[in-house]
Amino acid sequence: MTGFILSKLFRAFITLLLTVSLVFIFIRFSGDPAAAMAPPDAPQEVIDQYAEKLGLDKPLWVQYTNYLGQIFRGDFGYSVDSGRSSVSLFLDRLPATLYLGGLSLLIALTVGITLGTVAALNRGNVLDRSVMAFSVFAFAMPNFLFGLAVILIGALGFQTYLGGQGATLSWIGVLPPALTLGLASTGSYARFSRSSLLETINKPFVLAAEARGISRTRRLVFHAMPNAAIPLVTLIGLSLGGLIAGSVVTEQVFAWPGVGQLLVRSVATRDIATVQFIVLAIAATMVFANLLVDFLYLIIDPRIRAQ
Amino acid sequence: MKNTNTAILELSNIGIRLPSGADREWAVRGVSFSILPQQTLCLVGESGSGKSVIAQAIMGLLPAALPLKEGKIDLLGKITPEQRSPEFNLLRSVKMGMIFQDAVASLNPIKRVGYQLEEILLVHGVSRKERKPRVLKMLRDVLLPNPESSYNSYPHEMSGGQAQRIVIAGALLLNPALLIADEPTTALDVTTQAEILELITKLKSKFDTSVLFITHDFGVVSDIADQIAVMKDGEIVEQGSAQDILQKPQHEYTQKLLKAAILDASKEKLEDTEEILKADAISLTYKKGFLFNQREFKAVQQVSLSLKAGSTLAVVGESGSGKSSLAKCLLRLENINEGRIFYRGKDMTNQKGVLLKEFRSKVQVVLQDPFGALDPRFKIIDAIAEGPIIHGSSREKANLGALEMLSLVGLTPQSAERYPQEFSGGQRQRICIARALIMRPEILIADEAVSALDVSIQVKILDLFEGLQKRLGFAMIFITHDLRVAAAISDSVIVMKGGKVVESGPTPSVFKNPQAPYTKMLLASAPGSGVGEVK
Repeated sequence: MTGFILSKLFRAFITLLLTVSLVFIFIRFSGDPAAAMAPPDAPQEVIDQYAEKLGLDKPLWVQYTNYLGQIFRGDFGYSVDSGRSSVSLFLDRLPATLYLGGLSLLIALTVGITLGTVAALNRGNVLDRSVMAFSVFAFAMPNFLFGLAVILIGALGFQTYLGGQGATLSWIGVLPPALTLGLASTGSYARFSRSSLLETINKPFVLAAEARGISRTRRLVFHAMPNAAIPLVTLIGLSLGGLIAGSVVTEQVFAWPGVGQLLVRSVATRDIATVQFIVLAIAATMVFANLLVDFLYLIIDPRIRAQ
Repeated sequence: MKNTNTAILELSNIGIRLPSGADREWAVRGVSFSILPQQTLCLVGESGSGKSVIAQAIMGLLPAALPLKEGKIDLLGKITPEQRSPEFNLLRSVKMGMIFQDAVASLNPIKRVGYQLEEILLVHGVSRKERKPRVLKMLRDVLLPNPESSYNSYPHEMSGGQAQRIVIAGALLLNPALLIADEPTTALDVTTQAEILELITKLKSKFDTSVLFITHDFGVVSDIADQIAVMKDGEIVEQGSAQDILQKPQHEYTQKLLKAAILDASKEKLEDTEEILKADAISLTYKKGFLFNQREFKAVQQVSLSLKAGSTLAVVGESGSGKSSLAKCLLRLENINEGRIFYRGKDMTNQKGVLLKEFRSKVQVVLQDPFGALDPRFKIIDAIAEGPIIHGSSREKANLGALEMLSLVGLTPQSAERYPQEFSGGQRQRICIARALIMRPEILIADEAVSALDVSIQVKILDLFEGLQKRLGFAMIFITHDLRVAAAISDSVIVMKGGKVVESGPTPSVFKNPQAPYTKMLLASAPGSGVGEVK
């Protein structure tokens, strides 16, 4: 088991190192950073001065090792825009994004799993088919479109503008974007939990439990559902991993002051240090979520513990 | 004290409908039998005979698609409630217990064994204080070596035999009048099977229980039955006392099943031919895992064998003995770590390129699962002709050859244009054999090639192998866990255990006069020692 944990940690480390290197490569390929930072009509000497100041005149591998060294020291550079460190800019925006993403995940989990369970238990009848129809609608609907529709309905039907309430704690501010963001995952959770539960219900051990005289409710709650929940952990892990990256579009539509909005703005202004750090943070979230899932499996599934 | 004359279970004229569109109208019809106290009734039949459906009906577990339309089931003199009703729940475990073919799969994988057994007591209102002692006592009764640690185990931590003991413990926990066993030993190795059969017989008298035992294997039947009912296509073709049916079977079908259960190693002796394949102390080690997580597994250790042209060598062993890994080595699908492989005196151990391709065309394989072995999108003729085409034959020539092979394995030319899904398991195995033989191999490796088939089909396929071998003259390596199959088909045999050869020699002498203790134990465990006398 220690071997398992060590090898998982090692893989996570390698993935992060690769991401860091890829970010370095992509940013260098996307054009001369010095030219991008300098004013548009700056003469070549000014650009060269910038390059020298930023260390861009050194050979590429020296730049790369310097870059790695900085990252290991926790120095992710400064925003050219505001002069603040990219980390502090990111941390300013993080609570808003987590608030929105967390709430939408909560909605997706409770609504999705409930719908999926109801559908599985009513397999083939009207209820099942309506849930499935809803879930197809939910994840086929692009969230930029659904978000706009929500804003439109709010404005025309209730004379309330839902597109820019800011990161307030008020329900009216957070619910529209959270619902929009949660809609697609609600659909996948419903579908996934339905098929997982149906598969488990038809497993031999559930029939065997019936043969042992265990009641229907007990079979469902104590035997089928815990087993059906195991594959859902992977899906929850993916949702957690996408918590920061997933909200970019929705934040834009609802003018939600989160990390996604910051990312879009930083890309537009070529604020390389900030873009770089947000991309790294997104990748790191995914890696850690995967790691978390791996360790969660150790806890909930004794078969994996044994390996 | 129960009245010894009233039946525990009585089925009168049971009829269960199949959904429309099935290959017959009734799953079972006109089935009547009764089981007396402390008796074991064996319900014998092949797949599709309807024997498991009867078990489900008695347990009240019939799916809605299979309604009980005719007849009645009396348990302890009372008519049983409606199928799948809550009332039936109260009856189960108290009056009847059931065990299944795959014991590990019939336990919840993420709950401890102790919890799952205590749950039975819990739902039947046994107090918390009483539960654990009763479960532990039951675990001792099914002769688990370490009840306390079994109590705390998860199902996957147990072997098939241990898990079956757990399931038996669960079925007998409330001391029911009837134990229903649906092929409970089919998935087990012979030695484990013998232990479980002995246990069931022992517990039957200890708990004063009757047993309904469902099986396809007359060997098992002869070991445990008091009464026998033989089923075919949903009807009972013959029933009576075990003695009568084992000694004087009346129905032709019963006779055929009985014959298949006999271990007969008296095959005619083959004249000496040249050696065609030789393995010299070969070993195969699998490496698993990544970086910090590496493990080694020695699948094959120092195995030597010699195959003579036109002869059949059986490789016998229980699961995990390394017999399939050995096949992969001989086919050069795995690269061996030690030893040498010779084909007609040429060293094939590290051969590559053209010579390996030529070797592969001379060594063909037939696998266990005829359902997985054929691509469902290939017509039969294309599946069979594929091999020659890959090795450079023209399509016309290959198709002609394929048609010839089809008739050789006993299928009509019309089958050529059909798809695998339209064939039964036995027919598909014939197609796989045709596909292997069209390459005109000198060696045919059959890996458990008849294990997934019903016994009567098994007999036919074994006959087919033998007939084709006489005509085409190929040598065979026949890998099997079934001693009867090995005895029926092979000229010589090697017995494997834990990746090593424990005994080898001509088939008659190994079977009649085994030397290694392990071979002796295997032969002693093989069910049906009583059947042989009927011969």
